[in-house]
Amino acid sequence: MDQKAKNVTIFKDNLQNFLFVFPAFAIFCVFYIYPFYKMINLSFYDWRGIGPMHFIGIANYKELMGDHLWWDSIGHAGYITLIALTFQNALAFALAIVCDREIRMKRFYRVIFFIPPVLSEVVVGLIWNWILNPEMQNGQNIGLLNHFLYTSGLPQMVHNWLGDPKTALTTIAIVHSWKGFGWGFIMFLAGLQTIDKQLYEAARVDGAGAWKTFMNVTVPMMLPVILVVAILTILGSMQVFVLIIAMVNEGLVNHTDVPVTRIFSAMQNTNRFGYACSEAVIFGMILVCISFIMKRLSDKAKQV
Amino acid sequence: MRKLVILYSCLILAVFAGCSQPPKPSNKIILWHWMTDRNDTFQKLAQEYKQETGIEVDIQLFAPSDAYSQKIIAAAQANVLPDIYGILDKKSIVADFIKAGLVADLTNDMGANGSQWENSLFDKALADRRFDAGNIYGVTPGIYGVPIDVTNEQMLYNKKLLAKAGIKTPPETFDEFIKDSQMLKRVGITPFVSGWGELWLLDCFASNYAFNIMGEEKIFATFRGEVKYTDPDWIKVFSLFAGLRDKGVLIDGIVTKGNKYAEQDFALERAAFSFNGSWCVNVYHDMNPNLDYGVMPPPPMNTSYPLRIWGSAGSSFVVNAGSPNKDKAIAFLKWLTAKQQQVELSRETNNLPSNKEALLGVSPILEEFAKGMDESTHPNIWPLNEDPSVAEAFDKGIQDIIIGDKTPLQVAQDVQKVKDFQSSKGNH
Amino acid sequence: MRVNRYVFWGMTKSTLSHVFLMSVALTCMFPLFWMLRCALMSNATVFVDQALIPHHLNFGNFAIAWTKGNFAVYFLNSVIYTVCVVSGIVLISSLAAFAFSRLKFPGKNIIFYLFVAAMMIPLPGSFVALFVLMTKLHLINTRFGYILCMINVGLSMSILIFKTFFDKMPHDLEDAARIDGCSKIGLWWHVAMPLARPAIAVVVIFNSLSVWNEYILAFLLLGDSRLMPLQRGLMVFQGANSTDYPVLMAGLTMAAIPIIMVYLFMQKNIVKGLSSGAVVG
Repeated sequence: MDQKAKNVTIFKDNLQNFLFVFPAFAIFCVFYIYPFYKMINLSFYDWRGIGPMHFIGIANYKELMGDHLWWDSIGHAGYITLIALTFQNALAFALAIVCDREIRMKRFYRVIFFIPPVLSEVVVGLIWNWILNPEMQNGQNIGLLNHFLYTSGLPQMVHNWLGDPKTALTTIAIVHSWKGFGWGFIMFLAGLQTIDKQLYEAARVDGAGAWKTFMNVTVPMMLPVILVVAILTILGSMQVFVLIIAMVNEGLVNHTDVPVTRIFSAMQNTNRFGYACSEAVIFGMILVCISFIMKRLSDKAKQV
Repeated sequence: MRKLVILYSCLILAVFAGCSQPPKPSNKIILWHWMTDRNDTFQKLAQEYKQETGIEVDIQLFAPSDAYSQKIIAAAQANVLPDIYGILDKKSIVADFIKAGLVADLTNDMGANGSQWENSLFDKALADRRFDAGNIYGVTPGIYGVPIDVTNEQMLYNKKLLAKAGIKTPPETFDEFIKDSQMLKRVGITPFVSGWGELWLLDCFASNYAFNIMGEEKIFATFRGEVKYTDPDWIKVFSLFAGLRDKGVLIDGIVTKGNKYAEQDFALERAAFSFNGSWCVNVYHDMNPNLDYGVMPPPPMNTSYPLRIWGSAGSSFVVNAGSPNKDKAIAFLKWLTAKQQQVELSRETNNLPSNKEALLGVSPILEEFAKGMDESTHPNIWPLNEDPSVAEAFDKGIQDIIIGDKTPLQVAQDVQKVKDFQSSKGNH
Repeated sequence: MRVNRYVFWGMTKSTLSHVFLMSVALTCMFPLFWMLRCALMSNATVFVDQALIPHHLNFGNFAIAWTKGNFAVYFLNSVIYTVCVVSGIVLISSLAAFAFSRLKFPGKNIIFYLFVAAMMIPLPGSFVALFVLMTKLHLINTRFGYILCMINVGLSMSILIFKTFFDKMPHDLEDAARIDGCSKIGLWWHVAMPLARPAIAVVVIFNSLSVWNEYILAFLLLGDSRLMPLQRGLMVFQGANSTDYPVLMAGLTMAAIPIIMVYLFMQKNIVKGLSSGAVVG
């Protein structure tokens, strides 16, 4: 009898606790789990968006494995992510370190550096498209970048940045990094502020120079932040697409395709909804794998 | 805890109680469209219609056009298509909609009173949403849509810039076009601009010359799979673009240029030639009313076959077969395509009307566009179309040629490979 | 001698730092400046005039964008959506995070990892399914439906932020309150939330940004132009005014300013939130 009362109490307790999570979980199930299930379901069919659906099993996936355009697009997203991980985060880190010491204009920079993330990707794409315009009119370069290069004595650098397959993706990656470094900056800045000043004192007393202090105090203490920023950068950069559409329309042939643009292309250009869903599923799995690896790395780093 | 439960229950009730749609009043028809530049005119016309007949027309705009297509497909799935809408897709998709029972058959209405409605509209425009007997889509023959305007795509030339380069008359053959381009470059003018970042426009240009090079029959034979894309005639089509690239005719960055940017370029006189559709008249007028330009079909490469431009209904509306207001919707569309409304539409939006009688009184530059309608063709009136994956490979292959990534032969082989793959799948 | 060298090196470092910071800052400020500059010109001069600062300042474009572009309606909608979605997310995700952090119930870990996994699996292919679902629930073309959908978009990230923060929170205040007889929900409301102000700031800025700049879902789920948020209205605006660049730029500038102001006001708390363990560590 006592046991029964205890069980009832435990049940009531669990129910109460679950109610905390209930609204979030309910919304999640309706708006995420259900469409997700439908998407996986649709990936096994061939469907034009209207009309009957034809069950074709894993044919979409088999075709996807051999679709070199798809794997190229993953490579492109990976390239953009790589540039973001290195260039963007190195820039953010450097700025954070310099800003950490600079008491005077710190608040000013904190605001200014956050402007690019705040702008919508459509606006950023539009403006940079104008800046990178390769055309000439009346003998003058229309695009600001080319105009600037020309008038500042570097005419040989004038280039069709977004129209040359060799430079298009890198240009997009740099613009993406420009837009995103603000996030990394404020996270690194916040992280730097949590480092105990006494550690720096101790290092100075020990006679360590600037570089040694950096390597032995700053970096190890910042490792958790670096990893968090890294995983957020990876997730964000792999999924970039609005910026690309805003800058190069449907893309420079296939050189600027990324997974999400391929998914939309399958839906809109070739009306293959089932195939688009299989692409989305595979893409999701790849991202989960990457996150898993990052989490493993992060746990290992925390142990050190 | 009880407070929380009560709170949740209230919220859940609110979700389901507060948000049901009110029942549709029967004196109202809903129309979804994608044409941003015509929205104001449509709203005005809707007001006029309400005053005339007392029926309210709710006109809703969803732009841009590719997002509109997605919305229509989603609405079809959810069974909430409006009374009047447009299908911005290939004819095979239109066929799918018809077979799914979502499009009303308008043949009888068109044929009433001795085909009065049908005869008032351009035949080429009606053909856009007409299915002939024996069509490959398996659709009952008939007219399923109402064209509200007519467009065609031709080449434009800036008279002032041509004169600056010493060119007295616009080119009449392709070779003359190339020569004129060289003369333009010598005085620092970019010869040609077009929105070839949008695949359909590039496809249109290529198709025009394909007709010129090999004729209609061979093109359709290629779609059927009887002729390969590695055939010398197709290689000629691909090489045309290699030639344009080599002679420096094309503006920088043409393959990433959206059409609205290309329109900007031509209006701002950054290039002497362009390739665009008749809707551009409105755009150019807004951007640069003093632009002095002319219209001509793309100059043919040879005289073996006629070069055929694309021309058809610009925009067509279909009526939702399942709508309770079907008759009212059809009546509205009939009113919209009557002469008076067509004249008003044409005047305000600078588009060619679909009503034959409304042609008088269009601006002179539009008249030049209208001249090309007789010789025009359009994928929507062909007996069959190429598989969309193959068409995509074809268009992107041409873009590859333009940026110098691939040779014409390579692209031909690539496209044929996609064609073979798609054929082997046995498409439904 | 030595002192001089120290001072000299210190000054050079300081100057170099400033140069570095300033040059990056200039690239960040440039787009806003450019938008403003274009907005103040007229259609005839915006492409032709190469000057950095226009000769004639044409403020009329802002008025045109506001009235002709229906900006007031879109603006108001964006404000409504941002406020509703953000407050909804703060409440719902902090409740859930509190449970994940402090309470026990079966399936807790699985559900939590589901939320985390959702951050990694995007749903671009699910639009049609979502549309059908919303229609069946009669939530299509309603403010409420859009708000619910947007709440879902920001849930995973916000739950993660709150949970990380709550995990780091010391237990003493809670224990004291519990001894005083505070209920679980009271613990959440009276103890955890006041302490979580920095985390709330981070959640607010993350989600405000995403809601303010959102247009894809708005396009899918909202048809009536009276319900559309700013970015969605801008799309229509762009299509109708692709030929009127200055007015478009005026509209875009007006769309960007409010969110910058939100960030300005919440700055200090955001940094505090980040450094006190909401995300960091």
